[in-house]
Amino acid sequence: MYRYDEFDARFVAERVAQFRYQVERRLSGELTEDEFKPLRLMNGLYLQLHAYMLRIAVPYGTLAPKQLRMLAHIARKYDKGYGHFTTRQNIQFNWIKLVDVPDTLADLATVEMHAIQTSGNCIRNVTADHFAGAAEDEIEDPRILSEIVRQWSSLHPEFSFLPRKFKIAVSGSEHDRAAVKFHDVGIEIIRNDKGETGYRVYAGGGMGRTPYIGHVVGDFVAKKDILAFLEAVMRVYNQSGRRDNIYKARIKILVNALGADEMRRQVMREFEEIKASGTLDVPAEEVANIARYFAPPAFEASSDDVPEYDTARASNAAFRAWTETNISRHRAPGYAIATISLKPIGGVPGDATHEQLDALADLLDAYGMGELRVSHEQNLVLPHVRKKDLPAIFAKLEALGLATPNAGLVTDIIACPGLDYCDLANARSIPIAQRISERFADLDRQHNIGELKIKISGCINACGHHHAGHIGVLGVDKKGVEYYQLQLGGSGAEDASIGEILGPAFGEHEIVDAVEGVIDVYLERRESDERFLDTVRRLGIDPFKERAYAGWAFHI
Amino acid sequence: MALIKNGAFVEDHFQTVADDAALPENGTIVSLARFQTERESLLARNAPLGVRLQSSQSPEVLGDDVHRLSVIVLEFPKFRDGRAFSWARMLRTRLGFKGEIRATGPFLYDQLAFMARTGFDAFEVRESFTEAEFARAMGEMTYVYQPSADGRPTIRDLRARAHT
Repeated sequence: MYRYDEFDARFVAERVAQFRYQVERRLSGELTEDEFKPLRLMNGLYLQLHAYMLRIAVPYGTLAPKQLRMLAHIARKYDKGYGHFTTRQNIQFNWIKLVDVPDTLADLATVEMHAIQTSGNCIRNVTADHFAGAAEDEIEDPRILSEIVRQWSSLHPEFSFLPRKFKIAVSGSEHDRAAVKFHDVGIEIIRNDKGETGYRVYAGGGMGRTPYIGHVVGDFVAKKDILAFLEAVMRVYNQSGRRDNIYKARIKILVNALGADEMRRQVMREFEEIKASGTLDVPAEEVANIARYFAPPAFEASSDDVPEYDTARASNAAFRAWTETNISRHRAPGYAIATISLKPIGGVPGDATHEQLDALADLLDAYGMGELRVSHEQNLVLPHVRKKDLPAIFAKLEALGLATPNAGLVTDIIACPGLDYCDLANARSIPIAQRISERFADLDRQHNIGELKIKISGCINACGHHHAGHIGVLGVDKKGVEYYQLQLGGSGAEDASIGEILGPAFGEHEIVDAVEGVIDVYLERRESDERFLDTVRRLGIDPFKERAYAGWAFHI
Repeated sequence: MALIKNGAFVEDHFQTVADDAALPENGTIVSLARFQTERESLLARNAPLGVRLQSSQSPEVLGDDVHRLSVIVLEFPKFRDGRAFSWARMLRTRLGFKGEIRATGPFLYDQLAFMARTGFDAFEVRESFTEAEFARAMGEMTYVYQPSADGRPTIRDLRARAHT
């Protein structure tokens, strides 16, 4: 993993001191709340319904044991004993006191962590494929570029007061696990005909109240030029993005107002100028230096046939069920990628207690695994596990309540914090996720349904990515009562699509039945091994609509 | 308002005039609109001239005229409007402007370092502001990761030096 050198360490330490001074000025009244707000947001500090919330960056989702232990410490010392992993590979603490925040940040800095730019109208924490360095289909580890982008974007003097927030994601594989087409800028590492790797750059994707899939603005950006290219995109956006209406301020609105061709023309003009100056070239030595930090661990030579693993699968039904969904193929024979579900049946998606965080750190140490990953699906990942260790690891996870065998299934639900915490929300998300999870608790039923991504947002801002859910649920407010819209057919993967709204919103006590109804239609109508998403795409939404609204007293 | 330039309070030798007001003898700052309508006569005067740009006005419209101006004032209508950071950078690196770039408006102490990096060298501040506060703002972050108009060595430059 990346390690801070003296420059990074001093940068983060001084950033903590800078924020401490900002907090002092707020507490003394020198800064008004209006003036303090953008400053605290740029350090990940929100004011929620009940308390301050601190969002800590987990750059490209990678965590070392000492970092997990520090997060456990923060949960105990400054919060109520647990943290919440988000859809952008961050972790949030929901019960933080303002006066404690500088000390919390100072504690984090000791393990090379921070909360820089996890909120605010600036370039946010860069996200990447959570299977980076382990995936079989990877062209290049996306964390190398992510770290280069993280450094370039940190306290960027020109782009810290953008029209609106700006999110960048990087994928290094053909299979997109980072949802790059739904980001302000998405970067795909690709290989051209000559065998060289470079970057395909998308701009203008996003969710929120106007969901868009990103347009390609750079077909094949050379590695040396990527920061010049990103700076060009940012410059066009900072100069021309709308600032008169917060709902029209994201780059997606600019790209769609200008049209992709005009956007490309403006970006290319800036790009050529920056490139000519040479100031933002990324030298190959720099890439090589950073790549060394992400060198894969020394994998033991092994066959992929591991008798201990097969025996355990044969004798332990619970283990077998877990391996069927939570284990993914690793590039090294004898190794596997294990997904740790943070979606226990009826639980809060993405929550982890301080005991669990500490125990996971111990688990990493005990099995010689240096790192854990956070996925944008609010799960954790053990990227490099020896298959022969899996039975023992499973037993440990079971004891921790972290062995739910549901990765990718109907109960592996993404949900934003919703009205339980968030002051932007219109409706609660977590209880809906819990009720759906309970309804489909039966594991055989889940396996029969197969791959199904349910994503729930408590408001139009779409932090729960409902637009990209195979089934999306959006909480809305009607005269003070919570209602839920249902949409079908979204995808955040390489086949990105935006879900289609089924019809009028359902009441709190109707939405779970409606979800079950559309799943029943799928089970009745699917052909061979079609996924839910494929059936929706083949049939269109009408048959699902009929079932969901069966018995409603109006004609749809 | 007081004016800080290159870290110290200085006397402001320029007067900002309304579009319909008579021009003073000495340094004058006019709006872009007035500059564009009275360009010939303004440039013919034997007195230093400045132009004040709103945050929606790109300095690119000034073209080569920037080299005949002593001051360009960039407005921050609210501190959240960050366009002037890009305009200052453009003035320095694209248009090669060597004169004074002055910030005006309700910007924050916490933005001063970013402004200095992108090319501002003069700041209209409240009377109670101090040079010590300005120096503190400039010194909060020792290292920077990315190049800007100030030509300051980046962390990457420093790393390369440390390795040679």
